[in-house]
Amino acid sequence: MATVTLKNVWKTYGRDIVLERVNLHVKSGEFVTIVGASGCGKTTFLRMLLGEETPSRGELLMDGVPMPAEPGPDRGVVFQKYSVFPHLNALHNVLVAEEFGRAPLIGHLFGAARRAARAKAVDMLEAVGLGHALKKYPHELSGGMQQRLAIAQALMKDPRILLLDEPFGALDPGIRRDMHALILDLWQRRGLTIFMVTHDLKEGFYLGTRLLVFDKVRHDPQAPNAYGANITYDIPVGRVEPELLDEIRDQTGLPLGVEANPGV
Amino acid sequence: MKRFINQRPPRAVGYLLGLLPFVLLLLVYMAVSAARLAENPNDPLLPSLATLFDTFWRLATEPSRRTGELVLWVDTAASLTRLGLGVGISMAMGLVVGILAGLIPYAGRTLSPLITAVAMIPPLAVLPILFITFGVGELAKVVLIVFGIAPFILRDVQQRVSELPTEQLIKAQTLGASSWLIILRVVLPQVFPRLLDATRLALGAAWLFLIASEAIASTEGLGYRIFLVRRFMDMATILPYVVWITLLAFLADLLLRTTNRLLFPWYGGRRG
Repeated sequence: MATVTLKNVWKTYGRDIVLERVNLHVKSGEFVTIVGASGCGKTTFLRMLLGEETPSRGELLMDGVPMPAEPGPDRGVVFQKYSVFPHLNALHNVLVAEEFGRAPLIGHLFGAARRAARAKAVDMLEAVGLGHALKKYPHELSGGMQQRLAIAQALMKDPRILLLDEPFGALDPGIRRDMHALILDLWQRRGLTIFMVTHDLKEGFYLGTRLLVFDKVRHDPQAPNAYGANITYDIPVGRVEPELLDEIRDQTGLPLGVEANPGV
Repeated sequence: MKRFINQRPPRAVGYLLGLLPFVLLLLVYMAVSAARLAENPNDPLLPSLATLFDTFWRLATEPSRRTGELVLWVDTAASLTRLGLGVGISMAMGLVVGILAGLIPYAGRTLSPLITAVAMIPPLAVLPILFITFGVGELAKVVLIVFGIAPFILRDVQQRVSELPTEQLIKAQTLGASSWLIILRVVLPQVFPRLLDATRLALGAAWLFLIASEAIASTEGLGYRIFLVRRFMDMATILPYVVWITLLAFLADLLLRTTNRLLFPWYGGRRG
């Protein structure tokens, strides 16, 4: 649905360099997983795609035009937590996306418009397996169900890009496997372009069609922030040899997921 | 034997224990009052419970000989009107300014220092200014309450707004919400229960400012009455009035708490 291009992108905060000289081209429909040690700039990278941060230097393009500098409905997002609205039940959490778009003054729909929006919201909730929990408030939902709700919410606007920031990081292994199945299913059926940050190397390999590893190429022990991180591996997933996995793990110090995913 | 921190009273015992201090206080009062009245039946300082009740009943049901009004209800209506206006205006100001200052960076930078400075001014110190500016009528009393509690409510709302997770605000933007819709659908509903909580906490101060301003310049009102009859050491009026004011304050608190629980079922659960 959308291509993303980064041309020589830098991100600096004062004298601290987080990312340097990042070049990337992502085709429409790719499932890009992003791994890296803590503080290596992978979240900053995701926030730039989101529009929450802007590059300090370089160009960030979506479909060849500069990415808008604030979040918008063309890019959906699911965070690890706080993604849903605690004061709305599941149905309204999803319905509100329609109301934001179509009732710019009062933020509520009525009559036929509301019935249509409600039907769409119910369909979406059923697609993520929450058809039975329409009236439940987020605090009454389990962690996995809250993330399903957040995904349903994000997909309501038919975003061109879906950004996932460690969305399954806080979930139990069994629930995580269900969520993997769900996200792969949605990705294939809707032809999404997905960027997903994860801590779990195996998850990265299992889900993605392409794996990016962020790490610092140069190190100055006296000034740890003098050099920024870059993409050190860019692997089309499919050819995964165990040696490569070990190599990345050695370099980034990332844990290999405790729960083995089938298919790796 | 279990440690004291692990010993919990059964439910019924718990209620009885809660009641105990009240009963003890009442008994002490009755004993001391009876002792004084035995010495001097006309002693005004600690009237018997029967006298207190009679006085309260008379103030509530018999028209005053001087004005022909039911004193208690005239006073209550006057005080509650002032309190309601003051608290209502403070809540409205707190909500509007608090949300703007908490959510819109330009508004926050402009208003925060002013709000902080105003909140530091002791309200009673400006009471003379209010009386000079607005006269000794209703307006000055309402303004005193607003001056006293609006900054507190406002800062609480502002704090709550700025504590909203950034993720929620980003999420709303990715769903296509404008600043206005974020205020309307995301921020407002989430700070409203907090507004009611802040108001509950501010009610005590509101009563203080109400009674202070009524004591100084007024012609009716609960605070006016107790300060008026103080000159005659009329404890038979003062004590029931204090109990009455306490009851009204308790009911106001209960009303806000119940509203919160009924209207915002997610509010309590969110914290758990």
